[in-house]
Amino acid sequence: MSAALRVENLNKSFHEPEDFQVLFDISFTVNKGEFVPVIGKSGCGKSTLLYLLSTLDTDYQGKIFINDQLLTGESQNNLARFRNENIGFVFQFHFLLPEFTVLENVMLPALKLGKLSRKEIEEQAIDKLRQLQMDTFAHKLSSRLSGGQQQRVAIARALINNPTIIMADEPTGNLDSVNTGLVFDIFRELSHQKGITILTVTHDLDFAKNADRVIEMVDGRIKI
Amino acid sequence: MVDTLIAKRHLMANKKQTLVAMLGVTFGIAMFILMISFMIGVNQFMEDTMLSSTPDIHIYNDIKTDYTVSIAGDYFKDKNLLVSVRHPKPKQVNLNIKNASGIINDLQHDPEITRVSPFLSTQVFYNYGPVQINGYINGVNIIDESKIFDLRSKMIVGQPEDLLNADKGIIMGRGLASKLNLSAGDMVTLTTPAGTSMSFRVVGIFAIGIGTIDDTRSYINLANVQQLMGKDRSYITDINIKLTNNKLAPSKAGELYKKYNYKSDDWQTANSSVMASNIVRDVLTYVVSITLLTVAGFGIYNIMNMTIQNKMKDIAILKAQGFSGHDIVRIFLSQSLFIGFFGALMGEVLGFLLSYALSRVPFPHNDFISLKYFPVIFNPAHYFFGLVFGVITPFIAGLMPSIKASRIDPVVILRG
Ligand SMILES: Nc1ncnc2c1ncn2[C@@H]1O[C@H](COP(=O)(O)OP(=O)(O)OP(=O)(O)O)[C@@H](O)[C@H]1O
Ligand SMILES: [Mg+2]
Repeated sequence: MSAALRVENLNKSFHEPEDFQVLFDISFTVNKGEFVPVIGKSGCGKSTLLYLLSTLDTDYQGKIFINDQLLTGESQNNLARFRNENIGFVFQFHFLLPEFTVLENVMLPALKLGKLSRKEIEEQAIDKLRQLQMDTFAHKLSSRLSGGQQQRVAIARALINNPTIIMADEPTGNLDSVNTGLVFDIFRELSHQKGITILTVTHDLDFAKNADRVIEMVDGRIKI
Repeated sequence: MVDTLIAKRHLMANKKQTLVAMLGVTFGIAMFILMISFMIGVNQFMEDTMLSSTPDIHIYNDIKTDYTVSIAGDYFKDKNLLVSVRHPKPKQVNLNIKNASGIINDLQHDPEITRVSPFLSTQVFYNYGPVQINGYINGVNIIDESKIFDLRSKMIVGQPEDLLNADKGIIMGRGLASKLNLSAGDMVTLTTPAGTSMSFRVVGIFAIGIGTIDDTRSYINLANVQQLMGKDRSYITDINIKLTNNKLAPSKAGELYKKYNYKSDDWQTANSSVMASNIVRDVLTYVVSITLLTVAGFGIYNIMNMTIQNKMKDIAILKAQGFSGHDIVRIFLSQSLFIGFFGALMGEVLGFLLSYALSRVPFPHNDFISLKYFPVIFNPAHYFFGLVFGVITPFIAGLMPSIKASRIDPVVILRG
């Protein structure tokens, strides 16, 4: 199996308000199609790690590879392009664009990528929404949906460019247990049936137990 | 493409705010169009009036009061003597242009000159019954003179050619004719300062639109004036000149002065106070317009800053999904350009309507200026500049906020 994600000796410090090291010598590999929850106490550095892996935060020491491509040191423009094509995001607070319909929200990253025609993108977007049972809401304004519905739309949006890896930061943090179960079922299905790598920060230990493998963090280090 | 889609959505989502920003530009551009159309209209009117009363170049014999040469020197022959004369009297001078026919012939062959009109001007008293009024007559070749000043269009009664057909005809200014209570066909007697007098029949009446001229001037055939003054047929005092390009008048006048050594006034120098007020109007127009556009620019700057403040989350999410800094700049800059372009377009329409309305407003009646309506000029170049300003202003106003937006660190926003 080839590695979807590989990190070597990641160190991260904040300098404001004072020098404070958050991540220490983090190295691990996630294979293609693996579903890996990241757990750990509040403040141990999970979100910080995820922002590094997602290439949004480039202020760190060490190396990050996605699809065996070294991303450390790439220009902001190249990283933006890479994110667009290879990484899907799901955040705790759904973060859909409120002026756009559900369908348009899902379509935007593909329109940005510009590889397909508008019509093809629309078909794919409907298809992704159908996978998440949200196709009936396609033409609703995204701000009119419930939290759980919004999160499913956010997942459909993360899938639109068929990324190698989906990164999620507490995607179920704001959801009730029914919706939480639903989201994790979807993740499991995506990784096992579609071969998409999924890395998700979570506090839900029940759920973590069912995963292939768990990365547990303690005070900025990985516990093996 | 996606960027413009997002920009459009942002604009549509805040219709009121977009409209307010647009109206700022609309108002600025409309005022610019109105002011410049009116001010240039006034300038044009002034210039037209000036040109209908002032030739491009006017050559004449300035009365030279030359006191440097004294006959005292001749009288006291002795070279070692210093003679000082207090209050000398100027020599009697003839006001005519010497070698006039040579100069006129010379001027007529100059390629930069389209028309030459020599004339003889003198002060006279107009007598009609007991009424006696002080004024001027110009003895002219009426064909040449009317080509320079377009007299034909200024005639209220008769035609310029009527002067040639009549035996001793006179074409009078409107104000003068009405003061003397004269109309076409009446006789009027002119008396020169030297005391000679002669009668003329009114064959035409003109109105140039400038009181000081219409109230004092009339035209008579050159030969008649020479006769009236007892001068020979070569006696003329002035030459009016029309150029192919009247903007070249000042330099040409200097050239002619050097060549013939007679005073040569170009129309701009002759009307320097009018030219100065033209410049003042131009400057005023630009100052007011730039001020209005700057205010509109600040309006856009504020609104863009507000929009970006409200859209921080969206910017972060777009960046996380792979939109680059350039995309973000494009999204927000295109919004302010849209506001500018359509605001300016509306401003042009409003400006046109206001200018048109002004051009239909009757000008308050005035004896000195013959104007029916407010003078307004419709020049496509002004509209073009309006559009250019309307796009440049929001571009500058939107650039800084847009760049600021592109620099937003998504991690800071996503952490909350
Ligand atoms: N911008 C920052 N400047 C300084 N310190 C920061 C900054 N962001 C995070 N930290 C610190 O870094 C540490 C790790 O934060 P992080 O958000 O990664 O924790 P976390 O594991 O995601 O916690 P939680 O489970 O509560 O979300 C915390 O101690 C936090 O205070
Ligand atoms: Mg966190």
